Amino acid sequence: MSDENVRIGVFVCHCGTNIGGFVDVPAVAKYAASLPDVAFASDSLYTCAENGLASIRDAIKDHGLNRVVVASCTPRTHAPLFQAVCEEAGLNKYLFTFVNIREQCSWVHMKEKEKATEKAKDLIRMGVARVRLLQAQEESRIAVEPKALVIGGGISGMTTALSLADHGFPVILVEKDGELGGFVRNLNNLYLDGKDAVETINPVIGRVRANRNITAFLNSRVVKVDGFIGNYDITLSVDGREKKDKVGVIVVATGAMEYVPYSLYGYEQFEHVVSLTEFEILCKNKALPKIHSIAFIQCVGSRGQDKSYCSRICCNVAIKNALNCAENYKNMLGREETGAEVKAPVEMKAWEEISERRRRRRGRRGEEEGGEAPQAAPTEALEITIFNRDVMAYGVDHELNYNKAREEHVRFVRYTPENLPKVNMEGDKLVVDYWHDTLKMQRKMNVDMVVLSTPLISQPDAKDLSKLLKVPLGQDGFFLEAHVKLRPVDFATDGVYVCGTAKAPADITECVDQALAAASRAAIPLARGYVQAEALTAKVNPDICTGCGTCEAVCPYGAIRKTEKGVAEVIVAACKGCGCCGATCPEGAIDQSHYTDVQLLAEAKAALEGVVH
Amino acid sequence: MSDFEPRIVGFLCNWCSYAGADLAGVSRFQYPTNIRSIRVMCSTRVSPHLLLEVFKAGADGVMVGGCHIGDCHYITGNYYTEKRIMLTKELLRLAGIEPDRLRLEWISASEGERCANVVADFVKKVRELGPSPIPRDSRLALRLDAATEAAKVFRLRLLSGKEIKLTGEGNAYGEKVDPERFGNILRNAAQEEFQRNLILELTKCSALSVKEMAKETGEATDATLERVVALRSKNLLALSVVEGMTPKYKAIIVGGV
Ligand SMILES: Cc1cc2nc3c(=O)[nH]c(=O)nc-3n(C[C@H](O)[C@H](O)[C@H](O)COP(=O)(O)OP(=O)(O)OC[C@H]3O[C@@H](n4cnc5c(N)ncnc54)[C@H](O)[C@@H]3O)c2cc1C
Ligand code: SF4
Ligand code: SF4
Ligand code: FES
Repeated sequence: MSDENVRIGVFVCHCGTNIGGFVDVPAVAKYAASLPDVAFASDSLYTCAENGLASIRDAIKDHGLNRVVVASCTPRTHAPLFQAVCEEAGLNKYLFTFVNIREQCSWVHMKEKEKATEKAKDLIRMGVARVRLLQAQEESRIAVEPKALVIGGGISGMTTALSLADHGFPVILVEKDGELGGFVRNLNNLYLDGKDAVETINPVIGRVRANRNITAFLNSRVVKVDGFIGNYDITLSVDGREKKDKVGVIVVATGAMEYVPYSLYGYEQFEHVVSLTEFEILCKNKALPKIHSIAFIQCVGSRGQDKSYCSRICCNVAIKNALNCAENYKNMLGREETGAEVKAPVEMKAWEEISERRRRRRGRRGEEEGGEAPQAAPTEALEITIFNRDVMAYGVDHELNYNKAREEHVRFVRYTPENLPKVNMEGDKLVVDYWHDTLKMQRKMNVDMVVLSTPLISQPDAKDLSKLLKVPLGQDGFFLEAHVKLRPVDFATDGVYVCGTAKAPADITECVDQALAAASRAAIPLARGYVQAEALTAKVNPDICTGCGTCEAVCPYGAIRKTEKGVAEVIVAACKGCGCCGATCPEGAIDQSHYTDVQLLAEAKAALEGVVH
Repeated sequence: MSDFEPRIVGFLCNWCSYAGADLAGVSRFQYPTNIRSIRVMCSTRVSPHLLLEVFKAGADGVMVGGCHIGDCHYITGNYYTEKRIMLTKELLRLAGIEPDRLRLEWISASEGERCANVVADFVKKVRELGPSPIPRDSRLALRLDAATEAAKVFRLRLLSGKEIKLTGEGNAYGEKVDPERFGNILRNAAQEEFQRNLILELTKCSALSVKEMAKETGEATDATLERVVALRSKNLLALSVVEGMTPKYKAIIVGGV
């Protein structure tokens, strides 16, 4: 099994007194020298210091070593350093083994020097048994198609596409709607700068259209994805026609939807109970009815009512709309209410737009059509109340807006999940019936309009896309990143990235941050032009494989495909070397390079050598 | 037995449990010296037959460490680990070795203290169980060999891998198998494969009659006869001699394995 002439070098580290203080390092090195095939063993004060590293380099040359064991700290931090030294001395880095005698020996057995020393010897014996069986490995390089696919043409997708295009990479942008812009197209103005939403997004759409590196497909979808990082064969459906292409990376920016508060607070039951998004549409189209008072109810359907999470943006959006009502109400009134005073043109009858949205939804739910467009109620001044559980106006600017809203006499009334407000009709009046927690009494408030702040929810077809791309969804149906803190826009699968509200509720600022981050992550393989796969991959023995497909089913990365001969084959660039397929293959046809059964067993057996009870 | 120092082999996944063990060190949480750990990329790598072979080599205890469910670096790896350990424990039980000698623990990279406590506790448990009987009991060792072979068998591997699909998304016919029922399927399959392989192990060296086999396997003679027929039809067992009126069988050893 092993080379005829294995020559192992063992380097034992004192790590100052970190190891040396609790383990008899010279005795351990002496023991190492006595092990079979060990041609050289030594100890040094700091193996990772320059002279320590030099001693490894020299020993490899002087003693003709072809295997190296370093016994010191942990491979999780120091393996790359020692592997690099091996490579410098002309030794393949896979012929190196790390033995951890600090974190998992000297530091956890500080009061048992004798036993710790015995354990260190055992650990080195295990390392020597393992290193003897290791094989040199070549890391394969796979060329990357320098082209990106971005799915979703909202602010996130457009930002990513523009950034990648500016890097010089061709981008295919796929949008399922007939227009670019995404959810922002529904909005009136945007919080913090107060700018018109459509005016904010239109220049971005213009830049996407004008950019020669971006090919945007409307009314399109991704229907098939094959391959792995650097080499995705994609099939699109563009206006019903099939279109094939090849890309190196994929960014998911499919956004989110508003939660529809069916059967909550009189929605679709009473006139003038609208969702926050519908309210924005009314304001945007300058179609507010004349009203005297308005109530926003926060956390409708979120934070445990239906969805478990906080949607993050609704407090600030409600405050924005409350301020709009306080400061700009007159300019948002419908033409009927203001006569000739309206300056901006009315693009579309907003109530019609809302009815149309509700109709479409009903169609989707297979319900009967019906329901009148709500009518305007005639009143003069405006009282604004925000029913909330608590106001999450995070950060510097939102807090200022919150204060401003209070100065504008916006009332913030608190409710608890145990005592939800109720919306009723008394005569022809909308009434909010609520428990006043400070006064400790049940109260009623007449209002002309109720706005329900509902959360952003995941796209209903996210599951299909997640299957297509073999990337996971979290429990609320949003796309799940590789690491919540350290890899926020990567998927665990290399070559696929995520940004915007496809991942979780976020506002535009955050979406743009993420979109730029995703673009720069995706640009790395594109710019490098190749991916280097660690040689820790599964290997199928085609003579044993029966083509049962079990391995393909358990691989979390889609790294196994069937060859034309009907047997399994590992896609080296996509395999992460977890070993699941190998432990599952019913025929025992798969082994793991660098962690073979034989190597693991040899290591385990060495641990048990010489035990007699 | 008070001076008995259990020898424990650990298989720790690189991303959580190995990192947790490192953190125990960084934070200087002390624990007994009995464990010798082997780093694997993911706990899912550790196949049942490998674990059983480690017991064969004389380990008093084996600990497998992985990330908490849902946290596996390779997304779904540890779901399979859980099933593989379930199967391995069942095979240990069939072989006559305390399943508690095998322990599965989820340890995150931030659970240094827990790692130290878990190891200490396991060492204590194994100390109570006493030294592994394998090195001194050839009968048990043979049964363990049968378990190891059984672990390699097609159906068992398939079951321990396919469980997620079976209980999660339904089988090929779209029906879901509830986990309890799956446990039963797994146990029955393990039992079946173990008994068959036990017959094969027993008859590797010397030819045995059905009655003699039944004595070792603990099953009724007619049940054993059924297994013999099945093994013969698969060309794994052959008639060796007929002593008086009694036929004796011997395992067919393929190739040089
Ligand atoms: C009522 C309300 C008010 C808001 N007000 C503000 C505000 O004042 N300020 C602020 O910063 N933010 C605000 N937001 C948040 C803002 O709307 C979002 O942050 C932003 O729209 C997210 O952009 P996105 O590109 O990630 O997703 P989206 O805008 O949802 O875009 C996703 C795009 O992907 C497309 N798509 C989806 N699935 C597919 C598929 N399978 N294939 C192809 N294409 C697909 C969709 O059609 C859509 O065009 C508000 C949100 C709401 C609900
Ligand atoms: S599980 Fe094994 S036998 Fe089945 S297809 Fe994969 S490699 Fe081949
Ligand atoms: S080792 Fe893991 S990632 Fe690689 S092919 Fe097997 S299951 Fe997939
Ligand atoms: S990486 Fe830890 S269990 Fe999979």
